[in-house]
Amino acid sequence: MNANPEKTHTMQIGDLGRAPMAPTEDYVLKVDNLKLFYGEAKALNGINMLIPRNRVTAFIGPSGCGKSTLLRCFNRMNDLVDICRIDGKILFDSKNIYDNDVNVALLRRRVGMVFQKPNPFPKSIYENVAYGLRIMGVNDKAELDVAVEKSLRAAALWNEVKDRLQESGMSLSGGQQQRLVIARAIALQPEVLLLDEPASALDPIATSKIEDLVDELKGEYTIIIVTHNMQQAARVSDYTAFMYMGDLIEFGATDDLFINPKETRTNDYITGRFG
Amino acid sequence: MRKWFKDGNPWIWMTGGAVALSLVMVYAVVWMTAAQGLVHWWPKPVAETTFTERDGKNIRLIGEVRKREEVSVIRLRESGYTLDTQDKFTHRYLIKQGNRDITGIDFKWYPGPLLGEFTYPQNLIAVERREWGHLYGHLKAVKENGTVVAEGEAAWPALQERLARSNALFKEILRIEKKDIGKVNYAMERLRLKERKLALQNKLSAADSTEFAQQREQLAGEFSVLQERIEKLRGEIARDSLVAEVMEGQQVDVPLAKIADAIMPNDMSVLQKTSHYLTKFVEFIFDDPREANTEGGIFPAIFGTVLMVLLMAVMVTPLGIMAAIYMREYAKPGPLIRIIRISVNNLAGVPSIVYGVFGLGFFVYFLGHNIDQLFYAESLPAPVFGSPGILWASLTLAILTLPVVIVATEEGLSRVPSTIREGSLALGATKAETLWRTVLPIASPAMMTGLILAVARAAGEVAPLMLVGVVKLAPSLPLDGNFPFLHLERKFMHLGFHIYDVGFQSPNVEAARPLVYATALLLVIIIVVLNLFAIRLRNRMRERMKGLEGV
Repeated sequence: MNANPEKTHTMQIGDLGRAPMAPTEDYVLKVDNLKLFYGEAKALNGINMLIPRNRVTAFIGPSGCGKSTLLRCFNRMNDLVDICRIDGKILFDSKNIYDNDVNVALLRRRVGMVFQKPNPFPKSIYENVAYGLRIMGVNDKAELDVAVEKSLRAAALWNEVKDRLQESGMSLSGGQQQRLVIARAIALQPEVLLLDEPASALDPIATSKIEDLVDELKGEYTIIIVTHNMQQAARVSDYTAFMYMGDLIEFGATDDLFINPKETRTNDYITGRFG
Repeated sequence: MRKWFKDGNPWIWMTGGAVALSLVMVYAVVWMTAAQGLVHWWPKPVAETTFTERDGKNIRLIGEVRKREEVSVIRLRESGYTLDTQDKFTHRYLIKQGNRDITGIDFKWYPGPLLGEFTYPQNLIAVERREWGHLYGHLKAVKENGTVVAEGEAAWPALQERLARSNALFKEILRIEKKDIGKVNYAMERLRLKERKLALQNKLSAADSTEFAQQREQLAGEFSVLQERIEKLRGEIARDSLVAEVMEGQQVDVPLAKIADAIMPNDMSVLQKTSHYLTKFVEFIFDDPREANTEGGIFPAIFGTVLMVLLMAVMVTPLGIMAAIYMREYAKPGPLIRIIRISVNNLAGVPSIVYGVFGLGFFVYFLGHNIDQLFYAESLPAPVFGSPGILWASLTLAILTLPVVIVATEEGLSRVPSTIREGSLALGATKAETLWRTVLPIASPAMMTGLILAVARAAGEVAPLMLVGVVKLAPSLPLDGNFPFLHLERKFMHLGFHIYDVGFQSPNVEAARPLVYATALLLVIIIVVLNLFAIRLRNRMRERMKGLEGV
């Protein structure tokens, strides 16, 4: 990583609201002047930011501020929207993921994603977790068994489902389904895990389980989490980005941002004056 | 009253009434076909009575009383009967007197007052012959090689015993004729075609010719052996005959070889009648038709219907599903795809006979003709695929039902939640992998729905089939023991057409009428069974999708 010329440059940048991380921090994604349009409408106005490796970064902001849109740029889920057009770069391992020669399927294996609503496939719990691996061509039973157990354990679901792996994933409760989906994503050993409001459809107990899980996973994965819930952002994240109307207003260590916001809009939002 | 209208009760009654009416109609269809068709094989008593003819002569009548109806006396007088009554109305009877070869008329109306008392003598027999329909009469004797071996009381047991023997012989003859000789003939024909093919390619050497001649000689040898056996069996079967005194008083000699079944209906217990009924019913389902389809069974028609529907399903399902996948998943939405979709939907409304005409013109005459020119030159000028057959019939029906499958599949694909697709794509699956592993399994119950609708429509379709492959009587089934087993070029029989044929083209309409209903009932049952099977399959698929909304 030291050979990366971008790194030395971006280590010192102060133009991202505030210096987002300590100089010793490593980063995994670099967003470089990213603009996104839905048809004529501009949804992101030139975002620049660095996503620190093996940390939890939270995106907060009012509805329609572009935080989910930005999140979906990291694994190119916006490709599915026909009228969506992207300008600028996102460097992942110093490679622009919007280059023409990028294999999107491969990118998505390295950048996993969990959606707002639990979306397990109508298959068994086992097959849900094995899905990504099977697509990669892994069909060895023993190998799959190990991976499935490991992923379910990592997602703190193993003890609840180990006796009924052949039951449908749809038979689980909402919170379990969401953890199943997380297990499904980490079965592929991604480097980055994108969580798009993962707890917004869940009850408080299930939500706290998901938050605990995020806490446990951050040692191994870089996690980006979009949330409506500021307490949640404050609880689970190391860094927080506040977005508003397609702009990145402020980005910094979570404690700093919440206690001592630099921008008035950030202050207004986190104190509940709008949003 | 106004309040009653306002509170919505009439609406409930009206909608509920519509449901009730629909139910009544569905049950009426099934009940009527069942009631009219299923009584056909129940042995009816044979009555004996006298009748005063127009010229005052008294004759004897033997037959089954089929119907009784009111009739005006004036009308009867006008037609020449002398009736000694003051009433304006009297009644008349429809009597099935059988013996078509002797009297010429199977069914005849007789005015009630001119008939004597009905008696039901025990020794009246009803004989089901292989030709000429039923024969009714008093059993007199059983003969072997022209000499009487049993008379009077002893005649009936002797007849039953000998009838069992002759029927077994008949079955054997039929088996040899159909299977063994059929096989030899088939081999013969293939040999001829092979030789002709070589000759057409100018590759027929002298050595080949002698070999063909040898093979032909061998087949001819086999044939003559079989022929000899049949002759021998025919001699054996011709041994016995029965003597019956028919209506007019003459003694008729009927060889047992020509008798399919004989009963003494006036002397049967309910148990015997039931067993006779069941035997006849099984015969109806598993036997070939006889006597221009008015007697015997309808097995070839059942077989043809089911095979055609299955072939149709095999062809229409992949085609319709693939078309739907392209239109829903790959094609860019826009005016063009909208026009295509509207056209497909409208295709479902085209009258089926139009498809029949298309099938005849395109499949049979164009495709079939060209296939014959290219691959079956040796059998020309006799067409192979260039004439109507089960392949073309199934294909025509496949086109006919294609819109149904496409529409249902599209519907199913559009109901697959986008979150599921995104979930799969986010795991690094390509679009094709997502389709195969996730979207299509979820949409599979909808595809089954399409197939169910297609099967229901295809099984009941008759009009187009008459142009592309259905016949009144097919000499052989499209599936048999001769290589390549499935003969797609063959013509076939179909229940729907069978109903039409028996009901309207039959030489003996009155006798065939119960068969029309029975066949109709069977057609309904077959469609229901096919549908239930598909529905079960769909429910099992749905079970796996449980919890997924909207599927």
